[in-house]
Amino acid sequence: MNRFFTQRRDRLLTYQAMREGKITAARRSPCPSCGAETPATDWSHNLQVCPKCGYHRPIGAYYRLSMILDPGSFQELEEKLSPSDPLDFPGYPEKLEALEEETGLRDAAVAAVGKVQDHKAVFVVLDSRFLMGSMGTAVGEKVARAAEYAERHKLSLVIFAASGGARMQEGIFSLMQMAKTAAAIQRFQSKGGLYISCLTHPTTGGVTASFASLGDIMLSEPGALIGFAGPRVIEQTIGEKLPEGFQRAEYLLDHGFLDQIVPRSQWRHVLGQLLSLHEKGGRS
Amino acid sequence: MSVYTPEEKVKVARNPGRPGVVDFVNALFTDFFEQRGDRQCREDGSIYGGIARFHGRPVTVIGHRKGKNLEENLHCNFGMPGPEGYRKAQRLMKQAEKFGRPIITFVDTPGAYPGKEAEERGQGEAIAQCLALMSSLTVPVIAIVTGEGGSGGALALAVANRVLMLEHAVYSVLSPEGFASILWKDSSRSGEACAVMKLTAQDLRRGGIVQGVLREPDGGAHTDWEATFRTVDAALKKELAALDKMKGPALAQQRYQMFRAMGQSLLPAGKEDA
Repeated sequence: MNRFFTQRRDRLLTYQAMREGKITAARRSPCPSCGAETPATDWSHNLQVCPKCGYHRPIGAYYRLSMILDPGSFQELEEKLSPSDPLDFPGYPEKLEALEEETGLRDAAVAAVGKVQDHKAVFVVLDSRFLMGSMGTAVGEKVARAAEYAERHKLSLVIFAASGGARMQEGIFSLMQMAKTAAAIQRFQSKGGLYISCLTHPTTGGVTASFASLGDIMLSEPGALIGFAGPRVIEQTIGEKLPEGFQRAEYLLDHGFLDQIVPRSQWRHVLGQLLSLHEKGGRS
Repeated sequence: MSVYTPEEKVKVARNPGRPGVVDFVNALFTDFFEQRGDRQCREDGSIYGGIARFHGRPVTVIGHRKGKNLEENLHCNFGMPGPEGYRKAQRLMKQAEKFGRPIITFVDTPGAYPGKEAEERGQGEAIAQCLALMSSLTVPVIAIVTGEGGSGGALALAVANRVLMLEHAVYSVLSPEGFASILWKDSSRSGEACAVMKLTAQDLRRGGIVQGVLREPDGGAHTDWEATFRTVDAALKKELAALDKMKGPALAQQRYQMFRAMGQSLLPAGKEDA
């Protein structure tokens, strides 16, 4: 809670400084893809998508939920779930604490119940600002509990992945979260539940090789990097450069691993349509 | 008991003189009938599997194969499967379930292959489907990590009712070299990584990740294959007999619960939402 007020105070101070002309809202930042300089306000009005080339900047979990859910329908689940340090890994608890301070997140996933165009569903969103959205015990547990909650309440499950894979700092316990989440999703689906997997930049490693690839419906944001091994590891292994666009969403669509690519501004529309096509969360 | 440090165990676990899946099949099973191919595009030599008899009863055996000489190594891609290998494994497992055969897997891989074609054909999806399928099988599944249990490529054959490890085998989220390279940007610090990763059979038994550790002959499994075979044979017999008492849905439920609980006790008490 303290953090919330600190962040709010910082924002108010920023607005005040802007009013007094000390800083300008039109501070420009370059697009990592095309390099075009775009004012911060334009990034913001355009949902953090580059107005010139359509590059989708990674965004935080709460921001994404606010973009997708009907206003006032957000209700967070498992808010208190926090990470563990099973290897006593040097510097890990301090790192977690600093990230919590910085992002306001306890770990890399946020779970919630909410509505899209009046259709209720369970959502999990990974946040790449928190250790690359990597999956340790808390993230795995949150995904599994979200699937169980959706099953109990006969709701659909929507997961937005954004992850570098399994979290190294929690060692083998992170690896086991792949089995745990895949098993929980499998069970949820076998009981008739609809699972929509939405891949965002980047989705790799143990997250790709578990729950993120198991959607009844597979969607992605444009340009997202999606794969098991990272491009650098592949290039080192095979000793050659990878072609342009390799492992990007468009490439996966061509190779049969996605149903559709959904631009950021279209998520509400597409999810609303899919949820309405599956009344009772897909159960007959 | 072992006197090896974790770093030394990684070397022992990778020793090419250790028995591999083919050796275990030859020694412990009869009537082996090899099954090949994923029925989609390719046969992947790094996954070896088929039907055989274990003390007279039909079972399905699947394992990672590394090969014993350069020619074999190349054929088996040094034990690093592509998606075709994992899809072949799924095919064999579904068939085992259909015919009510127990499944025994031998895990020994540096990891799934990080190659261009592997990505093109959905390495991540193939592993994910393996995990999902194994979690729901209604036949007994026993996995034995015999050498290197490397990452998701190993786990894809190890979602079992009982996961056993040979005494000097290792099992980890990534190779110690990869771990050091990701966390410290320096793969030469792999020795240090071994020390913190808790990758030995003994550490994993304590952490509840594996359910049994099988004693190796002095020095390691490579020094006395026969002794290793006797130990593994006895362990498989014992575990199968225990699992035989459970019905199909109970087997799936026990396996599900075991993996569902992994890491749970570590989490600071976070109340579950109703």
